[in-house]
Amino acid sequence: MNLLRTPARLHVNGVALWSQRLPGWERARQVLAGREAAPQEPASRPAPELLPPTERRRAPDTVSVAMEAALSACKSAQLPPASLPCVFSSMHGDLTITDYMCSTMATTPTLVSPTKFHNSVHNAAAGYWTIAAECTRPYTSLSAGDFSFGAGLLETCVQALAGNENVLLVAYDIDARGPLAPVAASKGLLSVGLIVSPQRGPRALAQFDLEVVSGSGLQPSRARPENAALVAGNSTESCLPFVEALALGGTHDLLCLATPTLGLKLHLEAA
Amino acid sequence: MQPLSITAFTATCAAGAGRAELLRALDTGRTGLAPNDFGREPLKTWVGRVAGVEESPLPADFAHYECRNNRLAWMGLRRDGFLDAVEAARRRHGSDRVALVLGTSTSSIGATEEAYTRLTPEGHFPEDLRYQAVHTPHSTGEFLQRVLGLSNVGVTVATACSSSAKAYAQAARLIELGIADAAVVGGVDSLCGSVLFGFNSLALVSPEPCRPFDAQRAGISIGEAAAFALLEREGKGPRLSGYGESSDAHHMSTPHPSGRGARLAMNDALARASLGPAAIDYINLHGTASLKNDEIEAQAIAEMFPAHTHASSTKGWTGHTLGAAGALEAVVTLLSLESGLMPGNLNTRELDPTCGPQVRLDNASGRVRHALSNSFGFGGSNCVLLFAAE
Repeated sequence: MNLLRTPARLHVNGVALWSQRLPGWERARQVLAGREAAPQEPASRPAPELLPPTERRRAPDTVSVAMEAALSACKSAQLPPASLPCVFSSMHGDLTITDYMCSTMATTPTLVSPTKFHNSVHNAAAGYWTIAAECTRPYTSLSAGDFSFGAGLLETCVQALAGNENVLLVAYDIDARGPLAPVAASKGLLSVGLIVSPQRGPRALAQFDLEVVSGSGLQPSRARPENAALVAGNSTESCLPFVEALALGGTHDLLCLATPTLGLKLHLEAA
Repeated sequence: MQPLSITAFTATCAAGAGRAELLRALDTGRTGLAPNDFGREPLKTWVGRVAGVEESPLPADFAHYECRNNRLAWMGLRRDGFLDAVEAARRRHGSDRVALVLGTSTSSIGATEEAYTRLTPEGHFPEDLRYQAVHTPHSTGEFLQRVLGLSNVGVTVATACSSSAKAYAQAARLIELGIADAAVVGGVDSLCGSVLFGFNSLALVSPEPCRPFDAQRAGISIGEAAAFALLEREGKGPRLSGYGESSDAHHMSTPHPSGRGARLAMNDALARASLGPAAIDYINLHGTASLKNDEIEAQAIAEMFPAHTHASSTKGWTGHTLGAAGALEAVVTLLSLESGLMPGNLNTRELDPTCGPQVRLDNASGRVRHALSNSFGFGGSNCVLLFAAE
C-alpha cells in the first residue's frame, strides 16, 4: 500500500556522480550504459572549485566529494546553487576525521585541532557548501545506516513536494581509516548529486512516480554486477541502481530502501 | 501550516529527570551544572551531567547498542508515561504509520572513543566494542526505532546544535504529506571527550557555570540530555504551529555578524503560523553564553520583538546539550505554555548592554499562548520552532 496520501510525480532536473572509477557524470553515463570502459587508473580526488584555492587541498575528503557533486548537479540543471534547499546524506560522515578525533582523545585530548573539531560535525560538508554557494536556504544532514541514500532521497522528495520546488540531494561516503575501519567499513570515495522537483526543469533527465511502501521482505533493486563492482564497499553504493537507470535511459521500476522495512517504489521514465 | 498536536512529551537532563523535576528546578532556580568529573582527566569546566546513566543498562535484547548515548535515550523514554503513549499511538495508527526522527550530534561516538583507549596489541577494537551498531551516527536512531517497534521512516538528523529542532520540522512534513500519521521526535546527546575537548580547543568552554547574556560571560557549559515528543494530527496537548529553517552561509563555527540566518528562521516560523512578533509571549533563546552567539541573538531579538515578549536562555540550568538542545528546549517551552512559568537567565548577574527589554534576569509568570524556541548550530544551520497552547 502506498503510504503517500496522493500519487506523486517528480522530475530529476539535475544529476552528478563522482567516484574514483566514475569521475564525473559524462564519463559515468557512458560507463554505466556499457558504452565505454571505466578508467583503469583511479582518478585523484576532485578539487572543489567553489572553495578558495588555499582551502581546496586542505578540505576533508567528504567536503571535496560532496561539493563536487553539489556543484555539478546545479550545473547540470542550470540552476543557481544559492537558490536550492539541500539534503546531505552520509552513513558515516568523515571517517578520516573520526579516526583523528578518537585517536587524539585516547592520547593527547588537550591538543585536539580546533579546525579538525569543527570539521568533525556530520554537517561539515553541508556547511561548507552553503557558505561557498552563498545559500541561505535550509539544509539538513542525515544518516540512516546502510539506508542513508534512500533516507536522503525520501527526505529530498518530501521537501520538493512540500515546497513545490527544486531540492538538491548530495549523498556521499569515503574510506574508513585506522582501527575503526573493520567495524565501520566503507571503501573509496563516492558522491552523487540529484536535483528533484515536482516541476519539470529545462534539462530534466527523467521523471518518476513515487510510492512509499512498507513491509518485511522488501527486495531492493540491484545494479548490473559490472557496475556495482565499480563502487562496491562504499556505504553510499545503494545509489547505483537509481543512477544506472538514469544512465541507461528508458523505463525502469526500482525499489530503494530508506530503512530495512520502508521503501521508495519508483516508476522511472527517461525524459 | 496545519498545527500538529503534541500528545506526549518528556525530557531528562542534569536539571531533572522528567517534566515535574525539570519544572521544579526551573521554578526554584536550581541549576543542574556541577564541576566536571567526566573522563580520565576531566577538563576544568562545569557540565550538566545526568546522574545514574552508568547504572541504567539497556534491555538484554539490545545489549549490542550499549553506550552512554543509548542508555540516556532509554532512561529518557521511561519518564512521564512516554513509552505507553508511543505504544498507544502504535496501536492506534499501526507501526508502519509512526515515524522516528532523531536529532543528535554526538550519537554514540563516546563508545568509539572508548574503543580507541582499549585497542588490542594488534591495534583492533576490544572484543566487547566490535559492534557496528555503536560506531555509526545512526546508532541511537536505529536503537530507538527498534526498541519502540516502529517501522515507518527512521532517520537521524545531524546538523550540530540545531539537529533535534530540525527533527520536528522533518517530522511535520512527513505527517503533512501523509507518509506518517504520527511521529516520535527527539534529541539525545551525551558527554564525551570530543565535545568537551573540541569546544575547549575553540576557546568556547567556560571555566565557571555558564552565564547566558551576561556582560561578563565566559563561554558555554556542556550538558547532556534526552528529550522526546509525540506529534499527531489530532489529540490533546499543546500544538506545534510553525517551524522555520535557514542557513547562515557565513562561517563554520561563528554566526553571521548581523544574525541573518537567525532572523530568517524566526520570520519563517512566524510566517508559517501567520503570526506577527507581537503575538509571542515567551522565547526560549539559543543563548549558549558564547560571546558571539549571545551578542548577535540579543540584537536580533531587540530589533524584532516588542518589549512585552519575555526571552531567556535556560542553559544556566541544563548546560548546552548540543544536538539534544532543540528537543530539550522544546520541552522547556511546552512546560512554559502549560504552567505559565517563563524562566529567566540563571547564573547571569548583569545583562549584556546589547540585550533589549525582552531578555530577563528573573523568572516571571503569566499567560503563555505562543512561544518560540531557537536553535542555531555549527555550519550555520538554524531552526526555530513555534508552539501554541492547547
